[in-house]
Amino acid sequence: MRNVLTIVRKELRAYFVSPIAYVVLTGFLLLGGWFFFNLLSRFNMLLSIYTQLQQGAADQLNLNEFVIAPLMHNLSIVLVILVPMITMRAYAEEKKGGTYELLLTSPLRTGEIVLGKFLASFVFICIMLGMTGVYPAVLIAFGNPEIGVLLAGYLGLLLLATSFVAVGLLTSSFTENQIIAAVSGLVATMLLYIIGWPADTAGEVLGPLLRYLSATDHFADMVNGLIDTQDLVYFASLILLSLFLTQRSVESLRWR
Amino acid sequence: MIEVQNLTKRYGDLTAVSDISFQAESGQILGFLGPNGSGKTTTMRIITGFMPATMGTVKVAGFDIFDESFEARKRIGYLPESPPLYNDMTVTAYLRFVAHIKGMARADIPDALDRALERCGLTEVASRVTGYLSKGYRQRVGLAQAIIHNPSVLVLDEPTVGLDPQQIIGIRSLIKELAGEHTVILSTHILPEVAQVCEKVVIINAGKVVAEDMLENLAQDQTLEDVFLKAIAQEEPGAAETEETVKEAAE
Repeated sequence: MRNVLTIVRKELRAYFVSPIAYVVLTGFLLLGGWFFFNLLSRFNMLLSIYTQLQQGAADQLNLNEFVIAPLMHNLSIVLVILVPMITMRAYAEEKKGGTYELLLTSPLRTGEIVLGKFLASFVFICIMLGMTGVYPAVLIAFGNPEIGVLLAGYLGLLLLATSFVAVGLLTSSFTENQIIAAVSGLVATMLLYIIGWPADTAGEVLGPLLRYLSATDHFADMVNGLIDTQDLVYFASLILLSLFLTQRSVESLRWR
Repeated sequence: MIEVQNLTKRYGDLTAVSDISFQAESGQILGFLGPNGSGKTTTMRIITGFMPATMGTVKVAGFDIFDESFEARKRIGYLPESPPLYNDMTVTAYLRFVAHIKGMARADIPDALDRALERCGLTEVASRVTGYLSKGYRQRVGLAQAIIHNPSVLVLDEPTVGLDPQQIIGIRSLIKELAGEHTVILSTHILPEVAQVCEKVVIINAGKVVAEDMLENLAQDQTLEDVFLKAIAQEEPGAAETEETVKEAAE
């Protein structure tokens, strides 16, 4: 465990000593802010239209449904692209810079290296998502969104981002080229995002399967305030499977 | 201290190292010589447990590097061809990180850090970021990294490449100092370096050991250059050509 923490500290330092952390956090908040601003002004417009239209119609408008849910869906698309860029350096840079030799000739277990790198990126993602908390905070201060649904949505966003982190780390462990790591990571996270698209026309067997594999479908449930064990199991399996494969991929150097 | 037995490494069809055996006694400096591409780095990577051998065994301080890898790796300090530095860390932070992952007790780290900094002449640059250091200093940080946990075995892959003459002298005398408490394997293709620093010499060519002896026996009635050229000429059909390039390099 001590070794895991040493790796976590080293990785987090690498994020925050270099400009990476600041660029990513700023970019993420900038886009998030833009989405939030637009969704909110649309909500505002709808509100005034509904009020004029009919007495009491404005009550049908729900902050969760019209602002928070679309905001989270938008953020999830940004995560599809951003997370592979956060994780691309994890293994590729070590391989390129020769520090991989240092890590693998030290008395560290591969599992400790893999877990340390994963936890560091997880902490980073938590910081990133935590900072978007200002948007719902504004809504809570000036409106009355449903807190339970909001929290379920955040849990979904966190699980989605964590799964992407695990997948991104896996693709980084395959190569010493950061661009290849990022692109293959992006393809993988994007696939997880869109794999459910043909589900409606894919037939009785393939359809549900594709829907089950799709990260978006599980995520959408949670954004709507529905935490199903099936969704939790899905994300947990995706994360664990990716971590396991990463461990195998790092370890594979020792078999060849 | 270090026992290499019948070591073979194949990458697909290419045999990088073929059936080599040698050993280094405790406290000895062993010069591992060979032309470029002769399998030196591969051998060192196997000794340090970075990659497995196709066949054969390596024992470091009595521990098999494959079966008892954890114990063996604790006892090795390794300086790869290019020093494995994190360019965004300061020298102190980097060395502290290495001390941690080498499994040192927390309480021993400050002293070990000071000692390593002092021994490698890094005290003045201790708070600088490694990415901005000159090549000579980077090499010294690499060496400090290898000795910080006081390993019984030191594996140094071409430690003086790219340094200026004064730095070379500095590093060589440091290596000499380190012997005695550490067993050192020093890979190089610079012959005078071996003559100055090493007690024992192993010469490999095209993945095979072509000479292994104490330096004084090898270079008794001829220079090390002659020994080296003869040794690598034995095996190779196109030796004449190689010999000339090596001569040029030696000059």
